[in-house]
Amino acid sequence: MPVITYRDALNQALREEMHRDDRVFLMGEEVGVYNGAYKVSKGLLEEFGEMRVVDTPITELGFAGVGVGAAMVGLRPIVEFMTWNFALLAMDQIVNSAAKMLYTSGGQFNLPMVFRGPNGAALQLSAQHSQAWESWLAHIPGLKVVSPGTPYDAKGLLKSAIRDDNPVIVLEGEMLYNTKGEVPDQEFVVPLGVAELKREGDHCSIITSGKMVLVAMQAADQLAKEGIKIDVVDLRTIRPMDVKAITTSVRKTNRAVVLEEGWETCGIGAQMVDYIQRDCFDYLDSPVVRVHQADVPMPYAKGLERAAKPDLAKTIAAVKRVMYIEA
Amino acid sequence: MAAKKTRSDAALHKELLRSMLLQRRFEEKVAEGYALGKIGGFCHLYIGQEATGTGVISMLRDDDYVITTYRDHGQALARGVTPRSVMAELFGRLDGCSRGKGGSMHLFDRHVNFLGGHGIVGGHIPIATGVGFAIKYRGGDQVIVCFMGEAAVNNGAFHESLNMAGLWKLPVIFVIENNKYGMGTAIERASSIKDLYRRGDTYSMPNGEVDGQDVFAVREAIAKAIERARADYVPTLLEVKTYRYTGHSMSDAVSGTYRTKEELEEYRKRDPINLLEAKMKEAGEITGDQIAALEKEIGAVVQDAWDFAEQSPEAPIEALYEDVLVETST
Repeated sequence: MPVITYRDALNQALREEMHRDDRVFLMGEEVGVYNGAYKVSKGLLEEFGEMRVVDTPITELGFAGVGVGAAMVGLRPIVEFMTWNFALLAMDQIVNSAAKMLYTSGGQFNLPMVFRGPNGAALQLSAQHSQAWESWLAHIPGLKVVSPGTPYDAKGLLKSAIRDDNPVIVLEGEMLYNTKGEVPDQEFVVPLGVAELKREGDHCSIITSGKMVLVAMQAADQLAKEGIKIDVVDLRTIRPMDVKAITTSVRKTNRAVVLEEGWETCGIGAQMVDYIQRDCFDYLDSPVVRVHQADVPMPYAKGLERAAKPDLAKTIAAVKRVMYIEA
Repeated sequence: MAAKKTRSDAALHKELLRSMLLQRRFEEKVAEGYALGKIGGFCHLYIGQEATGTGVISMLRDDDYVITTYRDHGQALARGVTPRSVMAELFGRLDGCSRGKGGSMHLFDRHVNFLGGHGIVGGHIPIATGVGFAIKYRGGDQVIVCFMGEAAVNNGAFHESLNMAGLWKLPVIFVIENNKYGMGTAIERASSIKDLYRRGDTYSMPNGEVDGQDVFAVREAIAKAIERARADYVPTLLEVKTYRYTGHSMSDAVSGTYRTKEELEEYRKRDPINLLEAKMKEAGEITGDQIAALEKEIGAVVQDAWDFAEQSPEAPIEALYEDVLVETST
């Protein structure tokens, strides 16, 4: 099976879906002539022309709304944000227009569209450019939210998102674009709302998504050397969340660490803990432990940034804590 | 040319009058319903501005699009959303045009390409721009009319949208309904320039102003904008000078702290319906008796809408979780 980057996997998904359906178009800052700020849209302008690969001014609120309008009358827009940090300017369109149009119109106007771009921290970009927004976005009824952690899932989930008849948020990982993985040549999609057990073990569950899947897999590798076997549940879709996959794993392992990139307060991890306590209360051998970013704006200095981010060491420490193993 | 021809058409003029009178009498009934507690939430009346809705929308084709603000009852009726389904929506009933989910601020009807009342000032202007984009994407010759209040022109969404529509040449007609007040703030206290239409110059967009109390003037102005948009995908910014007789919403006093009763009375002298009736009488197109008959006819339509809304069922509780997402067909 070919091994390709996460970036190329997304590029393939865009290209294939644009060939499949001429209502699909891509718009955003630098997606055309520049080939994408992160080169995800490389070659698409040449292939599809400027009506379908649209370079926009720096005007997030505006072009997010253009996507909403185009979707209202039957096109299938893919709106790229250079990063999700810039999408805050477009939040009125995402929350008030995209997520609610179907409901407030009494079912008349669904919006088949995708909002996508890199989410979460990269390296030393400091506070305004290093934020993980999944809990903000997943809070909103009317949206679906996906967060792929591997090239395979990136391609399969983006294809499903483009084909979905609802607004779908795709949270990519800036630090993932260069990561590689096996992606088959033949056509496939990854269904929305379905988690995947990425590693099987019966001592403890790590439940996570997106960029943190890599961290969870590394933790599982390292803990395996100490004889600790981890169930790694990759949510893949954050809303609707595959609750069954979470609780099935926790009922088996009786211990759980929930790992997320964002902040602690009202984070996705808090939601996962709620599902676990509701469904697995009698199965738990220890309290669930959360791993997340420190509850501070992201600092610039390398040492402070490292201290703020969820990482391998913190994840391993959390697993040992729920297993009552002295560090 | 077009305007000259229509002025000789008595039947057309009667239709314009009917449209405007329907809006007026319908909303008077809405105010009654609000006072009786049959209608809730925020409720913004259009009374005084009817010549804008009717003038603009009467020039559109069925396959064109209309999108507007939360002050949307009059335009919905002018576009052909049925009085029954609008009143039922205001009553929060299942037969409402938005199945009781939207209410006063969110009237939608896809059968007549009425793309909604939208509740956030300026929020629908980018959406209109996107509809214009889609028309051009498909190579169509429709237009979209985007109504907005004058207070929206200071909002980022307005500027971002006009920039893109001007840059990409999209068939969007932005209609500013300048009724002088954004809630209680006079436009002079909110905008750095007086002539709002001139903001179109910034975005290389044809622009102009028109008397919003004269339905014929509105029709003439919009006709030119429509022609440009259909033929060459040229957007337009049109400022329509009008006035609202009621408060900002039903919870706002009619004159309040921000305008005087005298000012209101002054504007009432140029009531758009009275102006049209006077012109029609002068031209011998209608008599007092015929107007009375029309009023009676419209009164019956409004009463029928009211009765229909009262009898329409409440949405069942299961509807609560419907229409959040659709099942994907592909």
